[in-house]
Amino acid sequence: MVIERGAFMHLHRQDKAPIYEALERYKSMRVVPFDVPGHKQGRGNPELTEFLGQKCLSVDVNSMKPLDNLVHPVSVIKEAEELAADAFGAQHAFFMVNGTTAAVQAMIMSVCKQGDKIIMPRNVHRSAINALIISGAIPVYVNPGVNKLLGIPLGMSVAEVKNAIEENPDAKAIFVNNPTYYGVCSDLRSITELAHLHNMCVLVDEAHGTHFYFGENMPVSAMAAGADMAAVSMHKTGGSLTQSSFLLKSSRLTTGHVRQTINLTQTTSGSYLLLSSLDISRRNLAMEGKNIFKKVSSLANYAREEINKIGGYYAFSKELINGDSVFDFDHTKLSVYTRDIGLAGIEVYDILRDDYGIQIELGDIGNILAIISVGDRELALERLVSSLSEIKRLYTKDKAGMLDHEYINPNVVMTPQQAFYSDQHTVAIKESIGYVCGEFVMSYPPGIPILAPGERITKEIIDYITYSKAKGCFLTGTEDMAVENIKIVEES
Amino acid sequence: MELWYTEQHTKNVRFSIKVDKPLYSGQSEFQRIDVFNSHEFGNVFTLDGLMMVTEKDEFIYHDMIVHVPMATNSKIKKVLVIGAGDGGTVRELTRYNTIEHIDMVEIDKMVVDVCREYLPQTACKLDDPRVRLYFEDGLRFVRSKENAYDLIIVDSTDPFGPGEGLFTREFYGNCFKALLDDGILVNQHESPYYVEYAKSMQRAHKRIKEFFPVCRVYQAHIPTYPSGHWLFGFASKKYNPLTDIDEQAWNSLGLKTKYYNTDIHKGCFALPNYVKELLVNAEE
Repeated sequence: MVIERGAFMHLHRQDKAPIYEALERYKSMRVVPFDVPGHKQGRGNPELTEFLGQKCLSVDVNSMKPLDNLVHPVSVIKEAEELAADAFGAQHAFFMVNGTTAAVQAMIMSVCKQGDKIIMPRNVHRSAINALIISGAIPVYVNPGVNKLLGIPLGMSVAEVKNAIEENPDAKAIFVNNPTYYGVCSDLRSITELAHLHNMCVLVDEAHGTHFYFGENMPVSAMAAGADMAAVSMHKTGGSLTQSSFLLKSSRLTTGHVRQTINLTQTTSGSYLLLSSLDISRRNLAMEGKNIFKKVSSLANYAREEINKIGGYYAFSKELINGDSVFDFDHTKLSVYTRDIGLAGIEVYDILRDDYGIQIELGDIGNILAIISVGDRELALERLVSSLSEIKRLYTKDKAGMLDHEYINPNVVMTPQQAFYSDQHTVAIKESIGYVCGEFVMSYPPGIPILAPGERITKEIIDYITYSKAKGCFLTGTEDMAVENIKIVEES
Repeated sequence: MELWYTEQHTKNVRFSIKVDKPLYSGQSEFQRIDVFNSHEFGNVFTLDGLMMVTEKDEFIYHDMIVHVPMATNSKIKKVLVIGAGDGGTVRELTRYNTIEHIDMVEIDKMVVDVCREYLPQTACKLDDPRVRLYFEDGLRFVRSKENAYDLIIVDSTDPFGPGEGLFTREFYGNCFKALLDDGILVNQHESPYYVEYAKSMQRAHKRIKEFFPVCRVYQAHIPTYPSGHWLFGFASKKYNPLTDIDEQAWNSLGLKTKYYNTDIHKGCFALPNYVKELLVNAEE
């Protein structure tokens, strides 16, 4: 059965925000605090109170009976979870305060034990591979394929997933990035159907897809496609505070089991600033989401048209759809291919910030990505478009000699967990060819590993790292803060 | 009963005008628009509570933003005006028969509608056949223009609110592109006196300087603007306002002006030391 988005949302209840309302009641009670936090509604830290505002500090409070407890919700948080589940069309929604990273890890750890296989594309966020280190699950990587012109990884093709399932019938789950950072969506419905046929769970990293649940003419959301769990970064496009997120689940897994897994790593001091921001944002999107994302869509479409008019740039969108590895495209993502003006995306990203005071989400080798969301205005977009036009006029270079990035098929020698916990020692990155990597190397953003623990280091990978560094990408992941050296596994 | 309009010039300084009667209040897509009548300044027009135009002293601003560039290059034919919804800048420009075409780009149509009704003194020439009005973002408009104008006048609000984009590097760069090889850019350049205004002034100067080989600042005294000491920017690809001015030619036009004259033209580029210092610091 295909559940249409929002079909069961009870709009008349969605105007409630139980956590927010409980905090308002708490404030009006003028409770004398002899509990943590020690700033005591801001009085103990005047500088911070001045900076963040008294209103903010007054609700930075601890769990207590009238405010419920995130670890074991029985009252207002429980109600807020039910409303969120209703809004997202999920069987249950968990409020997450350790970021979508925690949600991704909880998904994987809920279904994979030590030695269980999980099918996933290699272009996952590091949080997914972190979960493999913790749980000891074994990744079965599916090549996502690359758009040759743009150099961006695509979605999961159904045929590739089918192959992976046939070769690994014992796999426990399939993990899907949907949408990718750039907005590429996979055929989630078919993948889910296929997975369920083989008794596998479908876990969706939907960090960039909050708006799929509320806007019209959006790609299908994970819950609507029948997936078993989804990690949704409400803070990315939904308007809640940074680090707040939802973990959604459908009926295949039990709520209690997933909650126990979340509680393994999530804080017991859940921030009420984050919780109330989720609650209020959910209410806002449930009530106004349709209009909000209509505006977001039209802003993104407008910006794309204008950028493509400049010439030299390619702001791509739904024309990439090919029925398979690009099954659908999230048109609210403003991704722009920049290499035809002779500049790497990361160079345009740096010029925009340094010379024009415009901060965009990311620049990689070939593209930049601007996030358009609930908070955007026309005037700001005009600045972005006009700046791009100026950058083309002033900085255009010969594009010869720019690196063409191909997907590098990882050579996985051991599981991430094995590699991470092996004896390791440090070598210079440029001398690490042939060794097995013991840690991560990635550009941040997007935070997708170039190397993950357990993978064989090749010359191609080192060239790519060197080039990214030279172009100004912010490389992270290694113990060495300068990313000159890398830890390698001592193979016996 | 006493009714007063007050503008907060800084956190600690206020400027007030006694209101005789309010004439209009409205909220457009972009800003709040108010017009009131006062004994001292006649009709007064404000945006988001900030002073824009009074009937009594608007001549100073409009004289200075138009006649300085026009006297510098008497061959100006195509002009782009950005902002200027009250119409005063266009009114002064239309006095030159040599001008063939004026594009005026104002983001807020409601400003023009309100000024036509309550400020005919400034809005009176908006229907001149040489004038074409566009209601859109100036930054967007200028982006698509190349080698198109002899003169661009940026008659904007302050760089907070809808005028923000008109103080940016991308805007000045696009203006440079839109101007012909001997083009001139004049902009309202904020005030040097109060710190917040001075910062905007320095930023604007620094950014314009990056594009234009000739980059000068001139001043005027405008009683109703914060501190009363107001600056204009003169930037050009070729003309120097002090050496290229043809005094005789301008004077022979016989234009009657209340503030501007060719002596003022030469004098207004002489700046107080603290302003010079601010400009030098901005360039570093």
